[in-house]
Amino acid sequence: MKMMMKSALLGLTMLGVASTAVAQDTQFIPILSYRVGPYAAGGSGYFGGAIDYFNLVNATGGINGVKLSWEECETEYNASRGVECYERLKKKHGGASTVEPLSTGIAYGLLDRVAQDKIPMTTFGYGSANAADGKVFKWVFPVGTTYWSQAAAMVEYLGQKVGGLDKLKGKKIVHLYHDSAFGKEPIPVFEALAAKHGFELIKIPVAHPGNTQQSQWLQIRQAQPDYVILWGWGVMNPTALKSAAKVGFPREKMLGVWWAGSEEDVIPAGDAAKGYVSAAFSAPGTNFPVMQDIHKKIYGAGKGNLEDPTRQGSIYHTRGVVYGMVIVEAIRKAQDKFGKGKVMTPDQVRWGLEHLDLSEARIKELGAAAMFPPIKTSCADHEGSGMVRFQQWDGKGFKPLTPFMAGDKALVRKMVDESAAKYAAEKKITPRDCSKEG
Amino acid sequence: MTFFFEVLIGGLLSGVMYSLVALGFVLIYKASGVFNFAQGAMVYFAAITFVGVTEFDISPWIAFPISLIVMVVLGLVVEKVVLRPLVNQPQITLFMVTIGLAFFIEGLAQLMWGANVRGLELGLQDVPLEWVSERWGMSISKFDLAAAGVAAILVTSLALLFNRTRIGRALRAVADDHQAALAVGIPLQQIWGIVWGVAGFVALVAGLLWGSRNGVQFALTFVALKALPVLILGGFESIPGAIVGGLIIGATEKLAEVYIGPMVGGGIEGWFPYMLALVFLLVRPEGLFGEKIIRRV
Repeated sequence: MKMMMKSALLGLTMLGVASTAVAQDTQFIPILSYRVGPYAAGGSGYFGGAIDYFNLVNATGGINGVKLSWEECETEYNASRGVECYERLKKKHGGASTVEPLSTGIAYGLLDRVAQDKIPMTTFGYGSANAADGKVFKWVFPVGTTYWSQAAAMVEYLGQKVGGLDKLKGKKIVHLYHDSAFGKEPIPVFEALAAKHGFELIKIPVAHPGNTQQSQWLQIRQAQPDYVILWGWGVMNPTALKSAAKVGFPREKMLGVWWAGSEEDVIPAGDAAKGYVSAAFSAPGTNFPVMQDIHKKIYGAGKGNLEDPTRQGSIYHTRGVVYGMVIVEAIRKAQDKFGKGKVMTPDQVRWGLEHLDLSEARIKELGAAAMFPPIKTSCADHEGSGMVRFQQWDGKGFKPLTPFMAGDKALVRKMVDESAAKYAAEKKITPRDCSKEG
Repeated sequence: MTFFFEVLIGGLLSGVMYSLVALGFVLIYKASGVFNFAQGAMVYFAAITFVGVTEFDISPWIAFPISLIVMVVLGLVVEKVVLRPLVNQPQITLFMVTIGLAFFIEGLAQLMWGANVRGLELGLQDVPLEWVSERWGMSISKFDLAAAGVAAILVTSLALLFNRTRIGRALRAVADDHQAALAVGIPLQQIWGIVWGVAGFVALVAGLLWGSRNGVQFALTFVALKALPVLILGGFESIPGAIVGGLIIGATEKLAEVYIGPMVGGGIEGWFPYMLALVFLLVRPEGLFGEKIIRRV
């Protein structure tokens, strides 16, 4: 019966809008979620985590007394519906403070709109890497890490595995990717690092949705690579793991992008996923003090957002909590400058996002020590970290293999600057002079 | 040369998996002349119902008949509520109805069982046969061979049903002309109910095999896309055609991906079967095994 009740609530979400405590004296955050459709597992976990954290903040007095409010709109991960949801919600409840679409397609659709509307958009761990250049992309924040930083960190990790980056020379690395902008995004970084370190990069695309990969894995078996980087999404990931088992490729030598590194990616593959390694920009688990608080104060009070409470502490849930923490910290930072206890304007929230200083000590204060890496953003650097950690699936859970680590940051930053400058020239954008920004 | 045969055999076995989905389309098309756009949604619905039932600590052996009953009931409800009021309506109307039905079934599945991704172990290991690997250096999956066996049993049973039974003859008569079939006393509603029930059974089998390979998730609805070129090639109303079409599509798409793909940047598996089907349409519009339509003008 409980399941049916929760399903009915899910049904309401499917109809388009689900809302919670909203009032004009609150800091309003539109939630462009996707809880149905092919990527529902990611959307429900991620936005569930964010809402759980927002509820925790409200339950403990808000941000200097300012409560958060939000309203959900179901995008089904569809770009046009995402844009529609944004347009529907952006002026509600006093106006949107910030927006997070969790979809590269929707993010591209909103790129020009958020700049026009002056609403900051975060793209946690996805989207175009050149948006890390805040001089050009004033309203976009790929906070934490971009695909380019992740690709560099992957090569760094593989270098460590073989005993040093110099030992990568002559190695074969396959980039098995979703044949889309998402899958192609890291290729320039892989190519640059292949040229620098002398490894051979073999690019093998997989047509959407990736539910059959036999030919790709036979090609991989024939190429006999040292490692396979899996840049997949959705059904492509368990299919890749099963296909690897089918041709006898060791899962320990497969390294997945963070969107291929959740429980939803490995559980369907069963035993075929054991030993598989993936990148992550946050750590899963329920032992972090903040997760314990959510468990006791939110789920204990029956206000948890996850339909299945056993998903607490899962990869997507903790990612959502981390997103919530960063947004709240940005609003808090803005309040420090523009007035404590006041509702911040979108531009003030943007300023907060641009002045994040989540040091290890501050993360510990928030009850999330080692849950995510330190983040320090600036006018020029909207990424603020570039660090990921690597984790291995043992059949029951993801176990950490490394601390948070970065790759060749100098190379990545140079590429970001070049790409952003090209974008600015195309769009006739005059880059900001960060020395004159407050 | 060994690699070529490995790709070819793997492709043929993949094609069998496509055929399993195509069979559901063929059944409904044969009986009603309707292209059932909701077949992919039925595959997903069947698989998630099976897994959902097992989550109540019910044995898979009991979950299977329960899921089968659910699928048959779904088929009967579709017939009674959706199709019966539309007897003798243009085929495009029936087709449009199945599009709506697809969205309804997808939503219903998620409403009933949630949208979480689930694993499904059928006890069939998707690993290479050792003796084949050792003797010929080829990787042939045990799972694929088992799926081929299941498909062979299904096709034989369905072919017998259609060709050797009264119900089969009635099905063929209904497919030819609804009104004429009614006029000679064939119970149209009953026939459609049987067909939708059997299509539900085929969807359950396909859903379990595909779900076991890819996980039980919404993306199962996409397997229908793999069945379309199979149908165009094999013919919309031929059960053997679904199998032969599946084998051709499976083999050619894998060979094309491996041998032509690298020349054009790869990732051609998604569209190559459609291009092949399109070319085939120009030469033989009714498909390999489809009935040639001759109309007096």
